[in-house]
Amino acid sequence: MISLASPTVAILLTGMLVGVSAALLGSFLVLRGNSMLADAISHSILFGIALAWLLTGQTTGPVQIAGAALSGVLAVLLIETLTRTRRLRDDAAIGLVFPALFSIGVLLINVFARDVHLDEHTVLLGEIGFVWLDTLTLGGVELPRATLAMAVMLALDAVFVLVFYKSLKLATFDPDLARALGLAPGLVFYAHLSLLSGTAVAAFDAVGVVLFVTFVVVPPATALLLTRRLSTLIAVAMLIAAASAPIGYGVALWLDVSIGGSMALATGPFLAAAYAWRRWQTARRRRVRPVQPASSASA
Amino acid sequence: MLTLLTDYTLQNVMLGAALIGVISGVLGAFAVLRRQSLLGDTLSHAALPGVCLGFMVAGAREMTSIMAGALVTGVIAALLMLALVRHTRLKVDAGLAAMLSLGFALGVVLLTWIQRQGGAAQAGLDSFLFGQAAATTRADLYPMLVLVVLALVAVGLLWKPLKLMTFDPTFAAVAGLPVHWLDRILTGMIALAVVTGLQMVGVVLMTAMVIAPGAAARQWCGGLRGMVLLSGAFGAFAGVSGGLISALAPGLSTGPVVVLVATAIALVSLLIAPHRGLLPQWWRRRHRRSHTSTDRILLTLYELAREHGNWRYRVEQGAVDAFYGMLTEPQLTDLHARGLVVPAHHMPDEGPHWQLTDAGVEHAAECARRRSRQRGRLE
Repeated sequence: MISLASPTVAILLTGMLVGVSAALLGSFLVLRGNSMLADAISHSILFGIALAWLLTGQTTGPVQIAGAALSGVLAVLLIETLTRTRRLRDDAAIGLVFPALFSIGVLLINVFARDVHLDEHTVLLGEIGFVWLDTLTLGGVELPRATLAMAVMLALDAVFVLVFYKSLKLATFDPDLARALGLAPGLVFYAHLSLLSGTAVAAFDAVGVVLFVTFVVVPPATALLLTRRLSTLIAVAMLIAAASAPIGYGVALWLDVSIGGSMALATGPFLAAAYAWRRWQTARRRRVRPVQPASSASA
Repeated sequence: MLTLLTDYTLQNVMLGAALIGVISGVLGAFAVLRRQSLLGDTLSHAALPGVCLGFMVAGAREMTSIMAGALVTGVIAALLMLALVRHTRLKVDAGLAAMLSLGFALGVVLLTWIQRQGGAAQAGLDSFLFGQAAATTRADLYPMLVLVVLALVAVGLLWKPLKLMTFDPTFAAVAGLPVHWLDRILTGMIALAVVTGLQMVGVVLMTAMVIAPGAAARQWCGGLRGMVLLSGAFGAFAGVSGGLISALAPGLSTGPVVVLVATAIALVSLLIAPHRGLLPQWWRRRHRRSHTSTDRILLTLYELAREHGNWRYRVEQGAVDAFYGMLTEPQLTDLHARGLVVPAHHMPDEGPHWQLTDAGVEHAAECARRRSRQRGRLE
């Protein structure tokens, strides 16, 4: 019987849970062309985390996660409001909102939270190496708190995607048709981003807010280079994310560097390999083309 | 206050912050106009591994090599992003986010690697995440000054092609300008701006310094020259005041303070700028609305009905809106309340329609008679 509280198991399990849930939600984000919203949300939740900490004195727990997740949704709302004034393009609106919320978060921590567990470096970089220290006992089993939070978030994400798969798919590829069919793509969009935001809050302990973006964007982007089917894309992205955690952990132990950073970085070689494969395919197709008979050249 | 201004550290902080503000403001104006605001985000996050590499090469916290390293990795990330987008079906947003996060992950790994090796020497590197103005020395300012002068001279020399590139890239290409090279040069210059700010604002927040001044200046100016100058000025103001605040209130990181000042400038500009501002626009609309009497709108409906030879003629609300250049729903609702018009039936794919009632026709005819009498008196 492997103890869930043993450091190695806790770290690996948490890393894989973060990766898989991020890649699951990230697939839709990347397909919709909104990848930078992941960056915006993950920076903005610092504001929510700091505020939730100020009000409750805790950074983990369901209330804190939900509260902090609201700040991610707030960021998206602010970005939409700014864009709707038509005085700013959406890229400038994103770039204006999240640094501001992030700055307020950092200053709140600067002012109120000196010498406390919460500091901006932890939020930014995460410390997955310590997740096994903070445990709670559930039904006689000792569980790391962060691992449990991630497992709950993954379950929520998975249920959401399974239940709303059709609406999500339609809202991603053809929002107009989704609207015409009465599927409320806007509502699905916000539900999706709220979950992403909540997952980011649960993950910040482990990998930090910026490294979370890696798991949201890189595995789905890699999968997009390999397949065109949505279900396959999600599966490949989740596999890549799950594989990156142990690879990154091994490298981190070997070089004695940040575990979270190393896990995130481990997704990079997958993207590079997929890119190289794509280029090779294109080059091969180009080489083959002149040999084909003229009649099929139009294809 | 005077003694504060002669304080050596404070002088360094203000000079440095002004330099950062000017360079990021000037180059950010182009980025905002070219819809490349978030390029700065990728460049600055991807500068972190360069900071570490520069430190490792120099073996000490030496600004020149750190800046060179940051510049190199930032530009490499940008070029990789361009390659990803050009050769695959990934879009710009995915390319930007992927390079941003992978670059930052590499930076974190290198940062912890240095920490394990070095011990005390790494202490200064942490400050590149959020910036630490107080750590700025006079020696740090020289490489910054060189970069700023370089960037400003480049903007001056390349003004015409950059302007053309910004407003009409297709025409620039047709006119024979080396568009791809100009694109890379501009990307490189934005990277210069980001690198300049590493010391004081930090890698995480330099993106805001590239965007906020440009977005603010855009609200006030309709021309590129004015916008670039004003953006530089806004940037300098945000830098100096933010640097001052954080230096005077110990414990506050400089980056966030500078960024919040810049964001406040952008928001205020968005609200009060004379032509594009939201408040002036709201006031103009209100003014126009209060000066467009309901009677005039009733007369329009009346004239349209007479023209069509049908007093029950259905007029589309959108047509009245377009004619007056404002939303006329309040006036029409008012007329409806006075029993002069009623909503007419309309197909689901059309906007609301209105038609005159008998009382409306009578009242409108009375108005028309009064008008023509007035006109007759004037003539």
